[in-house]
Amino acid sequence: MTAASNAVPMPAGSQVVSTTRLLYWSIRRELWEHSSLYIAPLAAGGVFLIGFLFYLFRLPNQVRMTLGAHPMHQHSSLDEPYLMAFGLLMLTAMLVGTFYSLDALHGERRDRSILFWKSMPVSDLTVVLSKAAIPIFVLQFIAFLVAVTLMWIMFFLSCAVLLASGSGLAQFWSMLPIVQMSFMLLYHLVILHGLWHAPFYGWMLMVSAWARRAPFLWAVLPPLAIAIVEKLIFNSSHFVGMLLYHLGGSPNNSSRSGDFMDMLGHFEPGKLLSEPGLWTGLAATAVFLVVAARLRRQRAPL
Amino acid sequence: MPCIEARGLHKAFGSTVALDGVDLCVDQGRILGLIGPNGAGKTTALNAILGLIPYDGQLRVLGRDPWTERERLMCDVSFIADVAVLPRWIRVSDALDYVGGVHPRFDRAKAEGFLARTTIKKSSKVRELSKGMVAQLHLAIVMAIDARLLVLDEPTLGLDILYRKQFYDSLLNDYYDGTRTIIVTTHQVEEIQHVITDLMFIDRGRIVFGCNMEEFESRYAEVTVKPDQVAAARALKPMHERQVLGRSILLFDKADRQQLASLGEVHTPSIADLFVAVIGNASGTAKGASL
Repeated sequence: MTAASNAVPMPAGSQVVSTTRLLYWSIRRELWEHSSLYIAPLAAGGVFLIGFLFYLFRLPNQVRMTLGAHPMHQHSSLDEPYLMAFGLLMLTAMLVGTFYSLDALHGERRDRSILFWKSMPVSDLTVVLSKAAIPIFVLQFIAFLVAVTLMWIMFFLSCAVLLASGSGLAQFWSMLPIVQMSFMLLYHLVILHGLWHAPFYGWMLMVSAWARRAPFLWAVLPPLAIAIVEKLIFNSSHFVGMLLYHLGGSPNNSSRSGDFMDMLGHFEPGKLLSEPGLWTGLAATAVFLVVAARLRRQRAPL
Repeated sequence: MPCIEARGLHKAFGSTVALDGVDLCVDQGRILGLIGPNGAGKTTALNAILGLIPYDGQLRVLGRDPWTERERLMCDVSFIADVAVLPRWIRVSDALDYVGGVHPRFDRAKAEGFLARTTIKKSSKVRELSKGMVAQLHLAIVMAIDARLLVLDEPTLGLDILYRKQFYDSLLNDYYDGTRTIIVTTHQVEEIQHVITDLMFIDRGRIVFGCNMEEFESRYAEVTVKPDQVAAARALKPMHERQVLGRSILLFDKADRQQLASLGEVHTPSIADLFVAVIGNASGTAKGASL
């Protein structure tokens, strides 16, 4: 080739967009693509609300019974629907987060759109971090907002019913610590479902960046194989124990897993934060995400 | 400074060698057509230039190492890797918002101006657009980015003839300003013959031919030889000979035009004809190839 003399001098260094701005747009992009991130919690909340309308019929009766009961049991029976709503939304968020994480770095290779994303001046690490922020933070906040909105709707409907039936509104009001419950829920979602579960999401994101096909199987089968081999060779189940520990948040919690009424009831701020398991989990998450970013850099479209 | 400079660029996928020591130098302001058969290494070369794959050898694009500095490089480089790689779920207006959000050199008003000339609605999702409209949208986005290098890998594959014509027309009229560099690969060589300023053939991972288009026109001549002159014409050592409707068409490199005119009708070959002459030989080694 010729015409070297035509070469035009380079303009001074290119402008740079701040990392915060890149993260912001990358996260917005995820919300555009995965509308299930907010539709699924809203749908779950809507379905629950319909069920709750039927519960309202027996609410006045419930309040009367509770007032007659021992003070120790009073609050637990009235807050039951609220805790069920929270549980439903947490479960929804976990399911949505799982499917999201397994698809996040796989789908863009499958539909070749990764070639478009890579034509933008956004680093692989920024993309991976924005994708990790979805299940770890964004989804938990969405679940929180839906849960709190749902809780207030349920609360006002209950008040309206009790007002109409002319009984027990004041007592009902005093027995349901609704503001405290909101804070507990936020703490629970962010610390346990976000930070404690972060290594699971990190692992799934890494697998979705690596697998050529069936990321779900690749995410599930190797850990299962490790657990089985450990059981066969050492007749122990430390690996499964570790996974359950991370799912439950702490050894105490996992021992009565599923009963998060207790978990909410025995609300101890800071306890989950001081567990060393949280920090080893976050370190593992960091490793998974760095590997995922490296894989995204190297992997061609499928 | 050249826009792209590669020396001994090498890339293997397992035992398959995709790039076998490519030397390449593209100056700013050129429009290079990179032509090669399937599997010749075109896309691999472009992917290396765009920082999408690691490679061995030396490569500088706008003075940067593409593999280690992809995201910085992408401020100054745009590419259309393939038709229809825009995500199908994205809304046209969202795509503009996103690019405007992350790209420091994107001019949204410009992109909207280009889109206004098409029938694309901003509220549509990409999946609702035809293939040609997706290409128009991608081109509108890319042309609104003030980049210094634009790489187009088969940008018109599968588009109908109207969209293809329009594509290159907009590129030349609305984008190319003489200082930007454009690299394009395509199998539709005839439609870029009057677009490109430089031509390169790649085969089996090597650059086997390269020249600029002025040179191409002055150097190569194709002669539809009169039947009684065939033997005389063959004596001038043509690069290639083919038969069309019973007439011999011979392709010459650096032959004397006046002498050729006496043999028959002389005209400038098409890129496709030269391509066949250079690469079509079964051996794959080009006769008059190296520059």
